[in-house]
Amino acid sequence: MDMSQYLELFIDESKEHLQSLNQSLLELEKKPDSMPTLNEIFRVAHTLKGMSGTMGYSKMAALTHDMENVLQKIRNGKIKVNSEVIDVLFKCLDALENYLQSIIKTGAEGEDKYENVIKMLNKLLETEKTGDTNPFVANTKNQLPPLEHASASLELDEYVQNVINKAIDMGMNAFRVTVRLNKGCVLKSARAFIIFKALENNGSILKSDPKVEDIEDEKFDFEFTVVIVSKETSEKISKELYGIAEVEEVIIDPIYASSVSEKNNNQVLQNEAWELEGEEEQVKEQKNKEKGRARKTVRVDIDRLDNLMNLVSELIIIKTRLEDIDVDDSNQGYSEAVEYLERVTTSLHDAVMKVRMVPVEMVFNRFPRMIRDLSRELGKQIVLNMYGSDTEVDRTVIDEIGDPLIHLLRNAADHGIETPEIRASRNKPKSGTINLKSYHDGNNVIIEVQDDGNGIDIEKVRKKAVEKGLVTKEVADSLSEKEVLDFLFRPSFSTVDKVTDISGRGVGLDVVKTKIEALGGVIDIETEKGKGSKFIIRLPLTLAIIQALMVVLGEEKYAIPLNSIKEIIKIKPEDIKLVQKQEVFLLRNSVIPLIRLDRILEVPKSEEKEKKQATIIIVRKGDKLTGFMVDKLIGQQEIVIKSIGKHLSGIKYIAGATILGDGQVALILDVNSLAV
Amino acid sequence: MNDSYSKQYVVFTLDKDEYAIDIQRVVEIVTPTAITRVPKAPGYIRGVINLRGEIIPVMGLREKFNMPREEKSEDVRIIIIKVNDASIGCFVDSVLEVITLESDQIESISNYNNDESFDFIYGVGKLNQRVITLIDVDKLMY
Repeated sequence: MDMSQYLELFIDESKEHLQSLNQSLLELEKKPDSMPTLNEIFRVAHTLKGMSGTMGYSKMAALTHDMENVLQKIRNGKIKVNSEVIDVLFKCLDALENYLQSIIKTGAEGEDKYENVIKMLNKLLETEKTGDTNPFVANTKNQLPPLEHASASLELDEYVQNVINKAIDMGMNAFRVTVRLNKGCVLKSARAFIIFKALENNGSILKSDPKVEDIEDEKFDFEFTVVIVSKETSEKISKELYGIAEVEEVIIDPIYASSVSEKNNNQVLQNEAWELEGEEEQVKEQKNKEKGRARKTVRVDIDRLDNLMNLVSELIIIKTRLEDIDVDDSNQGYSEAVEYLERVTTSLHDAVMKVRMVPVEMVFNRFPRMIRDLSRELGKQIVLNMYGSDTEVDRTVIDEIGDPLIHLLRNAADHGIETPEIRASRNKPKSGTINLKSYHDGNNVIIEVQDDGNGIDIEKVRKKAVEKGLVTKEVADSLSEKEVLDFLFRPSFSTVDKVTDISGRGVGLDVVKTKIEALGGVIDIETEKGKGSKFIIRLPLTLAIIQALMVVLGEEKYAIPLNSIKEIIKIKPEDIKLVQKQEVFLLRNSVIPLIRLDRILEVPKSEEKEKKQATIIIVRKGDKLTGFMVDKLIGQQEIVIKSIGKHLSGIKYIAGATILGDGQVALILDVNSLAV
Repeated sequence: MNDSYSKQYVVFTLDKDEYAIDIQRVVEIVTPTAITRVPKAPGYIRGVINLRGEIIPVMGLREKFNMPREEKSEDVRIIIIKVNDASIGCFVDSVLEVITLESDQIESISNYNNDESFDFIYGVGKLNQRVITLIDVDKLMY
């Protein structure tokens, strides 16, 4: 059977499962006795096994199968959870991730069988050789879980029992219906839904095993059992169910008022005891709740969202164009319509943007594991606290922010946090703390990476800057702390020796900075020697549509993002002074460097008239100000940011482009690279 | 693999010479529209255009081949090609036709000239009495 069409679904779901496995394993390490966590791990491993088996990825299935065996032993208390066991399980996870990566890239799971990992798993199994194997484990020698084995009956609690008794009193029949789907069935949950629908038409479903949620999430193999009460006979129900495609077998057993609690091993499906451990809710309630929830989320292809976003962007462009059309002021109807259109497009834009928002959790998720590994590797005790992981950011930002954060966290763990001995000598708690915080601040998202380690020795950085010949000693001595810290972001600083305490592993802070600036953000450092340091990243909420100020240089139009503009002033030409070959002017007694945009952008000269007044746009870069001289202002406009294409992506001073109402392209200036 | 094959090419002119690009790489051919200059871009990049909402950089093939810019003419076209999964436009003097060349009609010239700026020429097509320079679009951008 051709599975290629389900490949994407498989990849998406596997990613989710692996992520939750990761989290659960970390949790298990902290709380080795936590049964729910263990069950969750078991469940995920089991689902993965089923999924990969169905897709024909036999190596993946084999690995998860062995993993399951170990987990089973842990659950039975035969193996104790210790760091060795956790390590092995993490190795499994890594192997599974590698399989998945290989599947994403090539469609095949690759050649590596991870025999060492399997060996380790088997070793764990052997350590507890009591011979008392659970029937379930014994049966799972096949890749797919066997369907035949029976373990326990679908337990009927008191409530269900009462309902059944009452129904039988009223002359209705109660049945235990076991449905087995065809093994080739791929959309099991959809099929199950149809079956449920059919059953509901004939009566009421009282209980199901696995739970309805699990069935809808495809967390079952190929069988499920439900208890229903119905006016119909078992023959009619059976006939109806066989009429549904991909149903392989239906077993219907009557339940009698007296036999309600009796167990009948013939009729039950594979029913792993652990799935029943949680408290079962009353079926009716569950069903309703589930129905409500199921409608709440839809999985949508990202491309479709992007397409929607593009269309909204086009709509905004057209709206701007309509606004530009000069119509007779007396035509009230027209302007009202345009105003209304404006409101609608703004709401539409907001709505679409919200759809594209994802919690930073998506990125943060992988950090606990990373810090865990790092702390073992480095022999340091590190606690990672994450705050505000539900803060939402546009997807475009999420995709890019991962690497810089990894770099900062590694820095914090490697160079920030001291070894336990040093910490003890400094009267600090033995284990170091890294705080990862994110929160909204106006139209920005702030992400902070803070450690309570070494801090940065500013004097050392200052010395290094002189040594590297970046500044003369005199200048270096006069620099403020903040200016000195800026050296850390210079490319040449990334390879310095341990002196600065933040030498990177091949990539430097300059890469982090470049990336963040490419996202339209800024990064700042706060540090105190011996106490720790804090990296603060400020990012725009979205990268797709922004408010911008349109300006004219010569004959050309440019857009300057509004969020970086502080104010606009007019100055007289004679107020411009020259300091060290840099033009400056005074703004409320502070000296601000001036940049003539037309010169730096090499705008073809138009007739230059000596103007009485120059228009200066004051922009903010970090906490420094720079003045941009422009020829004319057009006004504020909502613009859609578009890429200027791969081939021009490295161009300096340009952050992107936008399409104006008249169809012309205007470039968006990159304030960060233009400002001094 | 068969040694002989035939391929279709889009033929265009620069000055008086004929050049051709593999038709598979051509996305479309448009008449020049308003172009926006990009500061600090390489000299042969004339700017960017808006092609139905997509922003596409456009280069002058004449500049790329160290020729003076063409004069304004009705015949000037922009050929949009795909290089490395991204579109780029090329100004040409005019677009003539689509031709089919057999592999034996193509003569490799890779060793004619050591000048690096001619790296993007990978052969010469001979069709009747015409000599058509074949351009390797992958090398155009580098």
